[in-house]
Amino acid sequence: MTPVSTAFRRFHWLNGLWPWLCAASVALSLLMLGALLSLLLVRGLGHFWPATLEEITLRSGDTFAGHAVREVALPQQAGDERLYFTGNRDIEGARWRWVAIDEIAERTQPVDLIRLERSPWGDFIGRLVALEQPDQRFEGDAAWQRLTALLALPANQRQDSQLQLATADGQTVRQPLANVISAQAPNAMSWWQKTGAWSEAVWLFLSEGPRAANTSGGVWPAIFGTVLMVILMSVIVTPFGVLAAIYLNEIAHQGRLTRFVRVGVRNLAGVPSIVYGVFGLGVFVYGIGGSLDTWFFSDTLPSPTFGTGGLLWASLTLALLTLPVVIVATEEGLARIPDAQREGAVALGATRLEMLTRIVLPTAAPAMLTGVILAVARAAGEVAPLMLVGVAKLAPQMPLDDEFPYLHLERKFMHLGYHLFDTAFHGEDVQAAIPLVYATALLLVLIVLGLNLTAIFLRHYLRRQRGNEC
Amino acid sequence: MLASLHSANTSQAPVAHFSSEHCCLSIDHFNLAYAGKAALRDLTLSVPRHRVTAFIGPSGCGKSTLLRAINRLHDLNESVAHNGQIRLEGQDIHDPQMNVTELRRRVGMVFQTPNPFPMSIYENVAFGLRLQHRLPKRKRDDIIEWALTAAALWDEVKDRMHRSAWQLSGGQQQRLVIARTLAVQPDVLLLDEPASALDPISTLKIEELIRNLKSELTLVLVTHNMQQAARVSDYTAFLHHGELVEYGPTDQVFTNPRLQHTENYITGRIT
Repeated sequence: MTPVSTAFRRFHWLNGLWPWLCAASVALSLLMLGALLSLLLVRGLGHFWPATLEEITLRSGDTFAGHAVREVALPQQAGDERLYFTGNRDIEGARWRWVAIDEIAERTQPVDLIRLERSPWGDFIGRLVALEQPDQRFEGDAAWQRLTALLALPANQRQDSQLQLATADGQTVRQPLANVISAQAPNAMSWWQKTGAWSEAVWLFLSEGPRAANTSGGVWPAIFGTVLMVILMSVIVTPFGVLAAIYLNEIAHQGRLTRFVRVGVRNLAGVPSIVYGVFGLGVFVYGIGGSLDTWFFSDTLPSPTFGTGGLLWASLTLALLTLPVVIVATEEGLARIPDAQREGAVALGATRLEMLTRIVLPTAAPAMLTGVILAVARAAGEVAPLMLVGVAKLAPQMPLDDEFPYLHLERKFMHLGYHLFDTAFHGEDVQAAIPLVYATALLLVLIVLGLNLTAIFLRHYLRRQRGNEC
Repeated sequence: MLASLHSANTSQAPVAHFSSEHCCLSIDHFNLAYAGKAALRDLTLSVPRHRVTAFIGPSGCGKSTLLRAINRLHDLNESVAHNGQIRLEGQDIHDPQMNVTELRRRVGMVFQTPNPFPMSIYENVAFGLRLQHRLPKRKRDDIIEWALTAAALWDEVKDRMHRSAWQLSGGQQQRLVIARTLAVQPDVLLLDEPASALDPISTLKIEELIRNLKSELTLVLVTHNMQQAARVSDYTAFLHHGELVEYGPTDQVFTNPRLQHTENYITGRIT
């Protein structure tokens, strides 16, 4: 026994402890992941639940209506302060109100409080007094029934109507029905109705475009842009990565140069993504895009067609960013195939190409898919390079539509990651943005998860079909 | 069994050279080096048709290298250099006119570890057939059944032809690999320690198979198991340090070797 190992032996107490250390770090990682996911789930999905509206009377006699958002402790043990969402920006000038809890004299939940979603001006919280149509006037319950019936119709079939509304402190306002998007009386809703309203709100979030400078509305263009960009990127990166890996592993002479290239490729995976963004901007957007514009789109210059960020350049930049991942994963898959398999094929009279296409590539297919999974996971969450090469805060047109040539590679597109960043930091109303940020983050995680699961099932299926474990 | 084999062989002509109608493979002053290091030195021997010839010798003596040279598998490795001739039915296998893939079809090879492809049993046997020419499915099925029967595997797998070949036992896998090779109808079958990774029962099956196959083709067997060489081969070549030490009918090499060196190896005094 060498002196070194005797020295280590002195730490014999580690023997019983190290499995616990390992287990503890696994537990801690899982716990943090679980905490992250449950935070996103609760905050993200809770936002769409119809909140109970309250009517608050303060000691000062002031009355307002809204729903409680959260509470914060005041400095110097002055009690707690509660944030209410009150809406009515057109009437009160602000949508949020901080109230010290000690100031509250009365808190009730009247069933006749309603919440209207409007554009412009956002939400209204108060009471519906009457609904006036050119020939008819409805009041009280009849007005509410008439309003929900009208809102159930498509927007162009709604009759011209005026709503007479009253705020909690008694001011009355008139509002044309045309400005109202939806109406809700959450205090009068049963649990089932709330669930229905919740799923409808989630669906609208997923299927609609953003409104009010990304502080309300949905994220459909961003979902679509993210998925389309990732698919385009995979289509570009997979053949390049796989061919490069085949060359490195199967064809190239295994010498110092291949080893150097291999190390280089692995290191490229660690280059900060913004660097790829700068490269994409310089080479793809200004270099190639600029040249394309002077050659083919000179009639529209100086307004650029390809010479500005767009879907194609973003996909290419991310393909470049994820290329090392695909190469490394594929190479590992190829290296795991025993030489006996290759020799077996060659010994049966297969040429090198036949050996590659019939034995090596099918066996390595799960490994290639693993590479693509990793690439997709990385690309879907990447924001920094996209900001330079084609993502937009609000894209006026979708990159895929019914107009020839259907797929518009030169258009700017929306991306969930960037949408998240923009909502969180560039919104005018931070309080309104918080729940949307959680919801968007949750969605981004779910999309990456969904893309990964698809690829994992595909890989599993391939493995099962071929009965191997490579 | 051993005795009968011996008596059958004692009547054979002495080995040094076979007349051209009996000679399948002839190796003539063949040298081979791995990255400048000699692995085979000036080998000259001929392998008779429709017989089992065993190459024996200690590890690293070059017996596997020689076997792979006959199949030109060394072509895959850039660091291998060779000179001298190997002739298959009188034709130099390194002749530029020689089609390597056709050579490899004619000279089948079975490796030490079973290497079935990760596909179904049927597809494994069909692999070599599909490489050559399109056969009607009916004809292909017939050849596959024939090959599996010849490899004594048909009865065990006929009901699960479309299951993964990797689910077979090691011995079954090795017989599948032999069937896969037989399916392309080779003239020569090279076996590189085909039973060394198998259990005794599977080994016996493979040995029986080797004996049965010699009516169909010429077999060359590399083994480090002396008893196996004695049991199945008609001729034995003893290689040491890349050189041919002794070559003759198996019973003569094992019972009455001409050289002391051979006797020492066979009796286990050198390894």
